Amino acid sequence: MWGFLKRPVVVTADINLHLVALTGMGLLSRLWQLTYPRAVVFDEVYYGQYISFYMKRIFFLDDSGPPFGHMVLALGGYLGGFDGNFLWNRIGAEYSSNVPVWSLRLLPALAGALSVPMAYQIVLELHFSHCAAVGAALLMLIENALITQSRLMLLESVLIFFNLLAVLSYLKFFNCQKQSPFSLSWWFWLTLTGVACSCAVGIKYMGVFTYMLMLVVAAVHAWHLIGDQTLSNVGADVECCVRPACVGQMGMVQRVRVFCHLLARAVALLVIPAVLYLLFFYVHLILLFRSGPHDQIMSSAFQASLEGGLARITQGQPLEVAFGSQVTLRSVFGKPVPCWLHSHQNTYPMIYENGRGSSHQQQVTCYPFKDVNNWWIVKDPRRHQLVVSSPLRPVRHGDMVQLVHGMTARSLNTHDVAAPMSPHSQEVSCYIDYNISMPAQNLWRLEIVNRRSDTEVWKTILSEVRFVHVNTSSVLKLSGAHLPDWGFRQLEIVGEKLSRGYHESTVWNVEEHRYGTSQEQREREWELNSPVQVDASRNLSFMARFSELQWRMLVLRSDDSEHKYSSSPLEWVTLDTNIAYWLHPRTSAQIHLLGNIVIWVSGSLALAIYMLLFLWYLLRRRRNVHDLPQDAWLRWVLVGALCAGGWAVNYLPFFLMEKTLFLYHYLPALTFQILLLPVVLQHISDHLCRSQLQRSVFSALVVAWYSSACHVSNTLRPLTYGDKSLSPEELKALRWKDSWDILIRKH
Amino acid sequence: MPPATGGGLAETELRPRRGRCGPQATRAADRDVAARAAARNPKRPARGSRRFETASRWALLALVTLLSFATRFHRLDEPPHICWDETHFGKMGSYYINRTFFFDVHPPLGKMLIGLAGYLSGYDGTFLFQKPGDKYEHHSYMGMRGFCAFLGSWLVPFAYLTVLDLSKSLSAALLTAALLTFDTGCLTLSQYILLDPILMFFIMAAMLSMVKYNSCVDRPFSAPWWFWLSLTGVSLAGALGVKFVGLFIILQVGLNTIADLWYLFGDLSLSLVTVGKHLTARVLCLIVLPLALYTATFAVHFMVLSKSGPGDGFFSSAFQARLSGNNLHNASIPEHLAYGSVITVKNLQMAIGYLHSHRHLYPEGIGARQQQVTTYLHKDYNNLWIIKKHNTNSDPLDPSFPVEFVRHGDIIRLEHKETSRNLHSHYHEAPLTRKHYQVTGYGINGTGDSNDFWRIEVVNRKFGNRIKVLRSRIRLIHLVTGCVLGSSGKVLPKWGWEQLEVTCTPYLKETLNSIWNVEDHINPKLPNISLNVLQPSFPEILLESHMVMIWGNNGLKPKDNEFTSKPWHWPINYQGLRFSGVNDTDFRVYLLGNPVVWWLNLLSIALYLLSGSIIAIAMQRGTRVPAEVAGLSQVLLRGGGQVLLGWMLHYFPFFLMGRVLYFHHYFPAMLFSSMLTGILWDTLLRLCAWGLASWPLARGIHVAGILSLLLGTAYRLFALEPDLLPLFQYNYRQFSSPEDCLSSPEFLDHIRKVMLVIDAAVTNVEDLSSLEEYLVSLGRKHRTVGVKLSSFSVGKGALPLSRAPDLGPLLSPRSPLATHYLSSIPISLDNQSCICPAVWPRHALDLSELPSFLV
Repeated sequence: MWGFLKRPVVVTADINLHLVALTGMGLLSRLWQLTYPRAVVFDEVYYGQYISFYMKRIFFLDDSGPPFGHMVLALGGYLGGFDGNFLWNRIGAEYSSNVPVWSLRLLPALAGALSVPMAYQIVLELHFSHCAAVGAALLMLIENALITQSRLMLLESVLIFFNLLAVLSYLKFFNCQKQSPFSLSWWFWLTLTGVACSCAVGIKYMGVFTYMLMLVVAAVHAWHLIGDQTLSNVGADVECCVRPACVGQMGMVQRVRVFCHLLARAVALLVIPAVLYLLFFYVHLILLFRSGPHDQIMSSAFQASLEGGLARITQGQPLEVAFGSQVTLRSVFGKPVPCWLHSHQNTYPMIYENGRGSSHQQQVTCYPFKDVNNWWIVKDPRRHQLVVSSPLRPVRHGDMVQLVHGMTARSLNTHDVAAPMSPHSQEVSCYIDYNISMPAQNLWRLEIVNRRSDTEVWKTILSEVRFVHVNTSSVLKLSGAHLPDWGFRQLEIVGEKLSRGYHESTVWNVEEHRYGTSQEQREREWELNSPVQVDASRNLSFMARFSELQWRMLVLRSDDSEHKYSSSPLEWVTLDTNIAYWLHPRTSAQIHLLGNIVIWVSGSLALAIYMLLFLWYLLRRRRNVHDLPQDAWLRWVLVGALCAGGWAVNYLPFFLMEKTLFLYHYLPALTFQILLLPVVLQHISDHLCRSQLQRSVFSALVVAWYSSACHVSNTLRPLTYGDKSLSPEELKALRWKDSWDILIRKH
Repeated sequence: MPPATGGGLAETELRPRRGRCGPQATRAADRDVAARAAARNPKRPARGSRRFETASRWALLALVTLLSFATRFHRLDEPPHICWDETHFGKMGSYYINRTFFFDVHPPLGKMLIGLAGYLSGYDGTFLFQKPGDKYEHHSYMGMRGFCAFLGSWLVPFAYLTVLDLSKSLSAALLTAALLTFDTGCLTLSQYILLDPILMFFIMAAMLSMVKYNSCVDRPFSAPWWFWLSLTGVSLAGALGVKFVGLFIILQVGLNTIADLWYLFGDLSLSLVTVGKHLTARVLCLIVLPLALYTATFAVHFMVLSKSGPGDGFFSSAFQARLSGNNLHNASIPEHLAYGSVITVKNLQMAIGYLHSHRHLYPEGIGARQQQVTTYLHKDYNNLWIIKKHNTNSDPLDPSFPVEFVRHGDIIRLEHKETSRNLHSHYHEAPLTRKHYQVTGYGINGTGDSNDFWRIEVVNRKFGNRIKVLRSRIRLIHLVTGCVLGSSGKVLPKWGWEQLEVTCTPYLKETLNSIWNVEDHINPKLPNISLNVLQPSFPEILLESHMVMIWGNNGLKPKDNEFTSKPWHWPINYQGLRFSGVNDTDFRVYLLGNPVVWWLNLLSIALYLLSGSIIAIAMQRGTRVPAEVAGLSQVLLRGGGQVLLGWMLHYFPFFLMGRVLYFHHYFPAMLFSSMLTGILWDTLLRLCAWGLASWPLARGIHVAGILSLLLGTAYRLFALEPDLLPLFQYNYRQFSSPEDCLSSPEFLDHIRKVMLVIDAAVTNVEDLSSLEEYLVSLGRKHRTVGVKLSSFSVGKGALPLSRAPDLGPLLSPRSPLATHYLSSIPISLDNQSCICPAVWPRHALDLSELPSFLV
């Protein structure tokens, strides 16, 4: 225990100066003049408002990705003491003095800078030469698009960082596996793989694909592990000990268990990421507790759990809906807009434009604003009073109710008349007793959709209910169509006949609720200080809030289909497009997302060469011709699985996506190409160059190629940093492709 | 790929871990031998009984086929009206007979076959197929239905043969055949004029022939080998030619072929030349042949449909020129555009239509209140525009002026012929699309302002600088704002007559939405030339029709607030499809799977995944197993794997599809999962039997298991389809008189059951719906066995009360109520000749009456 007293304490440190130098250069390139330009650049306008929401603790909903990415950016703001008071309204707006630009941009820049040494490490861990590793890092360093993207308040560089971290830590783990399984570093790297994967997923959904790739690679390795006969099953060692025959083999059999191996991987790569992902949302929901502009999209129960907003209204309202309750009914589906069941004095026009007739009864619509006409009274069909009786008679699942409109005292009715906009459904109206030609059909059976038992009571906010019409067994539904002018452009409500189909547009919940009381009751209640009231918000668990938020994020569709700088995935590989990020208000200094075209093109070439070589080797191996030694072949396959695979999973899914795509979506895929590039070069030099002379010539070519890449990078530097105002001629000279959109001021 | 797991067995040499199967383990574990040994019946057949065995196999196959045909053709003519999608496919069959051109999102083969069947069976194509429920009356529809049922009937024997080949086990094949024969869903889907039976026929044929040619692998290039290989190709072409869903089976065959070639390539005993031959044979039979056939179906399609019809508007101008009856057919118009020409301008994007304007203004609040400009799919006077120079207003048709052609880059004005307003754009936002500019008609009698000037640009400039009718693709660029005239494809609201929005887009990307061509062209000063020279070539029309089909498929998107069937609904039989049900009294057809079959299938997939992974892991760990088990696991992994792959390929892609989905999309996958069930249960039961080791018991378990599965499926079929009862003479007797019937023990038993149920229903009267449901089905059963109201009235007086002693203890205090209630039902419907099940419970169970009646 006191050993350290007996022996001298010696710290031996190996410092890889290459690594230090690369890190330094990475930091320099990414952090240099970070606060310039002191204005909103491109998508900062978009992420910035979320940072402000975080600072002000206001709830928001963004469908672009899980909250971890936004939180990382907000952390920068928190460290810089940002108070959230800045109006992010247009690109190019000057930051006011309270915005800590440096610390806001710091974290993405750090992530971008650290990607450089990580590229070095990854290639090294893939067992390629030191030279190739430095090459990969240097390519990362001078890639203009990566620099631009890292220096701003954007998420791609963070995503790339975690992607690379996942790959690196898996490789470290995999290399540990051979030497010292279950050692501390083995556990560390395994866990870090899982953590990095979930962070990548937490930043953008695109991270899922890298995660999948890691899972597949891990699964293949685990499958080999199962087939590895030198590892014993659980408990098999014990059996072996008893049998004299196996004792000799004991030395061979490592006392490591396949099962433990599999379990450890499952925990680290499946359980930890899932837990972390939940944790991101947990923190997100803890941080954002105030109601804000995106409340409307969420359900009433969710809104009530936020401070302010709906909670202020619903606080202290009675929980159980009883006969005689006065309620507002909100459509759970909320598409195209959230709205409440509504009626007003006006009637359906006698004859529609297309000549069809209507019942000419009072309109029932769905209205997206709070209004006194949204109030309905739940009435017991067998009694006449519209107030609650004492004792309260709560409404239960399966009960027959009538819904009486509060302002007009007419009850909700549907009948076999075609609805105005959706003629295949029934019209819903508030019944007017013109004559007896059309009898009232105003009985509705209440169905609580999310009930736990069949006698459950209808609860404010929490219960999701359907109204099934008793006579025609049709269901009250929000059709989604807008009524024309006679219906004041409110939304149409219909009765839809269904057999068993379920759709959220038929589901409603009570949002505001009070007991209707007669005068004397009210006085008595005043004395008794009103009945026990339960706060509905407390009943919503984290998982319920999480699943709702997650679901809304996934299904939310924003329809900004076109953007000036949007592009298609095919244009990315050859860099046929760019994005103008920012233009100096007076001079022609400007920032563009524009890649180093030499690297882009050679990256794609390297990928093609890799694929061809791989196919060639594979076919020849199948015919039993081994061009590569076994270990070189295994390395070659692994690098393909990780780098070419990484490129594929980060690029190909975009072809299936329908959202607006931009050039920066390609950057994660590009980093994998950059990793592959030096590896392919080294392979060509090692295995395809036959003589020393060829090798030297090839090396010279590589050096020449790299210096041209450096030259291009340097030429494009003014567009990357935006620090130099170029003359129109110089700008025109930089427009190497017609499709590049470089801004030239007309003077 | 399923076969990837093969071969692991022979290589592993391990010390025996468990002593139990020591002697067997020493036996050589050749894969093929093992499989056969496992599959063969334990009793090794004597040489003499061999012939008997072959004969019995044929007999079984014949039986399966017969049963399948019998079930599919039983009461094929009912209902004698249009059911569900018959309205589409029947109509399209008629189009082929009438040779009018139409547009559909599916490739033509299926509908062509339907048309052919109709033609051969004497249908003249005059029936309109307007809407489901229309009576066929004298029109002959049985030919078309019979053809579909004929193809649908083959599914069962095909599945039988496939499973037989994959598992080498008769019982597995029989089980599969039973599952499919007794599945009500397959039955229903095969009986109507639909594409699905045709599609499934080709899918199963491809699967069968693929499996067959796989089993010919030991004698390549033999006649059967070639036969099955090319048959696979033909079936693939058929599947793809019916619906694009056929791509999935192509993918499966492709994967199988790649695995196959990979195996051959790795076989060092084969020379590269031989491998090359194999490759060529497959390329020929599986790529070239299907493609040729597929193209041929389109060639026939275009040849047959030579008349203009309802599908014209979806296609480009050049395409329409082919169709007789279309105004572009054999038309002769001036070739090059000149100033003063009257033209129509068509958008190149599919189904957008012609540039159009009319005497209506944009409503208040939507941009400037000027005349609307839209696109319109139909031909109309308001589509005509006059092309004018931007700076002069003189009439270019004045004969004193020379003809001046419009050239690329010219600045022009387009004047709407009917209203004399110029095509105009300005910095107002378009009505629907954000960030686009509004396009209007502006000016009086052709005089407007500088916002009316457009630069005309030709995108494909290989024809020189002039602008050619139909062939030149032009863009119109607004001079002042620099935006491009395009159509967003969005439908305007009522005020715009639901025509499509036209905008001027500031994004200069070349999309089809902003490219136009000139279609009609009138200019008296120019010579007309015949348009025949412009007729597109066959590859062009093939490509175009595919583009239109893909566009059409993508267009079938569900709306937000609609109820749609989700893929996860399907395997659990969550919700069926209503095929027919004109009104409450008519009898109805509902597409729904047999729950026993479907849930068994679902269970089997889970069980398969479990047992498959256990076996795979055991093999990977190098566990030694006896040959018997090794053979069985090979069957499970290879045969089952093939089928599972088929199921996955035919099911999972639907999760990614954005279009509207229906329940019937699952049926191809269901065929595969039924085959999996057959293989799985047979193998598992055999494994069980092997585990128990003692032969008589083992065989007993196997046979009993298979039999109980068979009976289970059949039972449920009868429960769902009472119509089939008489077919199988199940519990069905003829009686000479009603009295005879009433006194029979069967009837008494029947009454006892009915009373029991009604009694139970009265006790739990809250749940009225279930009572109603019961009564409806009771009525249906009565009708099926032919109970008439008259026989009921005999029974009413005679039975329940007079026979009370027979009912004995069942007459609880509540029972009189039930009997009273029961007897009251027919009274309310005395004037009807037959008991119509859907009606009478409703009358009897008037909600207002019932409570008082039962108190």
